[in-house]
Amino acid sequence: MSIWEVFRQERKGQPFQHAGSLAAPDERFAEEYAREQYGRRGESVALWVVPREAVHEIDEFPDELQRNYHRVDGYPLKEKLKEARARAGTG
Amino acid sequence: MQERADRLLAIADDELVLGWRDSEWTGIAPYLEEDVAFSSIAQNEVGHARALYELAAGDLGTTADELAFDRSPSEYRCVPLVEQRLADWADTIARHYLYELADELRIARLRESDDEEVAGLAAKIEREETYHRIHAQMWADRLAGEPRFVAAVERLWPAAVALLEENLRPQLGERAGRDLPSTTVLVGLERGAHTDELAELWHEMTSVRRSVPGAAW
Repeated sequence: MSIWEVFRQERKGQPFQHAGSLAAPDERFAEEYAREQYGRRGESVALWVVPREAVHEIDEFPDELQRNYHRVDGYPLKEKLKEARARAGTG
Repeated sequence: MQERADRLLAIADDELVLGWRDSEWTGIAPYLEEDVAFSSIAQNEVGHARALYELAAGDLGTTADELAFDRSPSEYRCVPLVEQRLADWADTIARHYLYELADELRIARLRESDDEEVAGLAAKIEREETYHRIHAQMWADRLAGEPRFVAAVERLWPAAVALLEENLRPQLGERAGRDLPSTTVLVGLERGAHTDELAELWHEMTSVRRSVPGAAW
């Protein structure tokens, strides 16, 4: 048995999102099980069934110099917005 | 009308009883994913039975529930193949595989029917059965060299032949690559004969309905 990752698309044109994983002895079983678990209630218009080995995981993101302006939380917009509004007299 | 109803009932009873037997694996199938898949197939078979009963019920002036639950075991028209309680997974897959092989021929015949209601329903059923066949075939391929599975197919083959009307049997033999059993082997396996296991199943299957006769559920 090997592990398969299943991604599902809810509506045409939308991105595929991870739905879950399943165990199956081969590709045919994996496809059949994916269909039953993630497709039979009309919750998906398409599935991607991918062997877990095919997924390349990256989990290291070095940021030794604390360049916090790279991060989503590193640029405090709220304060700047407040100042700008005060300057414009609309805040 | 009676003739059409009889034909529909034979298939409906097969599907209901097989669906019931297959559902006995729910919770105890070899592993979780298979449990989900096989339970889903069982549920589909019961759904097919329901649709067939509804069509027959219209002809007979009754309801699907009455046909499914209010007849005595001897009035059911299912074949002994589907009645057997199989506690072994290899046996279960062997029956599933042989049933789907035979059922495909039967449904194809119904789809060619001049009766639009029958042909239309058969086409709907066929769309789901396609996936049952994929499931059955992948298991059969996987277990192909497994002595327990090989023996089970061998043992259940005559009962599977009995599922079909005689004119479809040669085609089944060809598909399965097997010789058709002799009439003596088929004694007790043909439609009309019943096993004791059907009465047992019937008792369990109808127990809730019989507990409050006439109730609307």
